[in-house]
Amino acid sequence: MIDRRAFLRLTALAGPASVAAACGWDGGNAVRPLLLDVSRVNDWVGEKIFFSKHRLAPQYAVSQRTARLPSYFISPMMPMLQDPRAWRLQVSGLVRQPQTLSIDDLQAMPRTTYTVKHHCVEGWSAIATWHGAQVSAVAERCGMLPQARYIRFDSFDSGYSNGWDLASAMHPQTILAYGMNDNPLPPSHGAPLRLYSPTKLGYKMTKYLVAMTFTAERPGGYWEDQGYPWFAGV
Amino acid sequence: MTPPAAPVKRHHWIARVTHWMTFVLVLGMITSGLQIYSAYARFGERGGPYYVNAFENQAFPKWSRLGGWLAGALNWHFALMWPFIAAGVLYLSYLALSGEWRSLLFRPRDIRGAIEMQKYYLRVRKDHPPQGKHNPLQKLAYTFIILLGVLSVLTGFAIYKPTQFSWLTALFGGFQAARYWHFWAVWIFTGFLVVHVILVFVVDPASLRAMISGWYRGRFPSRD
Repeated sequence: MIDRRAFLRLTALAGPASVAAACGWDGGNAVRPLLLDVSRVNDWVGEKIFFSKHRLAPQYAVSQRTARLPSYFISPMMPMLQDPRAWRLQVSGLVRQPQTLSIDDLQAMPRTTYTVKHHCVEGWSAIATWHGAQVSAVAERCGMLPQARYIRFDSFDSGYSNGWDLASAMHPQTILAYGMNDNPLPPSHGAPLRLYSPTKLGYKMTKYLVAMTFTAERPGGYWEDQGYPWFAGV
Repeated sequence: MTPPAAPVKRHHWIARVTHWMTFVLVLGMITSGLQIYSAYARFGERGGPYYVNAFENQAFPKWSRLGGWLAGALNWHFALMWPFIAAGVLYLSYLALSGEWRSLLFRPRDIRGAIEMQKYYLRVRKDHPPQGKHNPLQKLAYTFIILLGVLSVLTGFAIYKPTQFSWLTALFGGFQAARYWHFWAVWIFTGFLVVHVILVFVVDPASLRAMISGWYRGRFPSRD
């Protein structure tokens, strides 16, 4: 599975690399594809070896919440719905019964609440409480087909999207969150609905959700397509 | 003048290969790590309190950073970590199986010898104390650097998978504390490297050749 020759080449390149790291070198066209190949191997290791669908992220006391959780979006202005009542989540793809879900529909499903630590790829972390419906419950409701291996999550934030492996998406702590810190999800954090999971880095948790599509092919993602790790499990 | 000593076989090829691999890989890990650091140049949960850090909110000079941007640096870091771990495991297995660990591991009984050696370096003692392959101070330094390597890997895993290895992350005092210790390892590695290279050239240049060819022809031939 792990390409030994690729590693030897990387090893041989690391030295000159760090010397020539001068000018914030990234490896250039010769090394970049190789690094992305290794990143795919790390995705596999992250999902098949390090990730456990039964292991739950540690939970914290409400009193340990961080005062302010940073947020960001891709659009130049904070994405807001013209008519929030018209909003629906489209669930489709490799399912028996595609669904169109309102926030009321999601809130009528069993509610999951947890206070967990958020890990950003940049290195910061913060604690918050999230409220929502399990992605696995939505998968059950729409009759996910056995061919489905991934889920693609789409937003109304300038085309921001993420692709998820099924194992992480079906984890009991992976939810479609409509609430944060005992309040409705604020626009800065992806209102009306966002994906949340303490098993992933922040950039995997699509905000401003509009669609959830079960696929057989691995979907890309906004940051993932630019070179960030695809699996991004923590 | 002492006559040139007969060459002594000093380093097994596994020790030499893993030594130079580690050198190159640690350089790559540190430079990509400094690029990763600049994405969030402080330690502590959002809102503080933050750990004491001389480099808070500072970016390191461009020549010292590898990867170009955060994603590039992460990919370098996560690619080089595997050969780094592999070199460590290979070297430690070699030490354990060959029995070479005996000449390298600093043990309580080396404390006395370490003091004598320190006296010699401070010129309190005139004659060079008898030694085996390595003197007790070298044993102390090499044992320490192996522990630092292990610690850098463990703190690395604690911040790579803080949820999957939450017990390990908790052992280091949490995610931000583990990041902090991981960052400290950089400066201890760097300090070790500087002192190590200075000592090689000032005290025993023949040891550099021995680390390349395996044969030692210097002033401190092995006595064990």
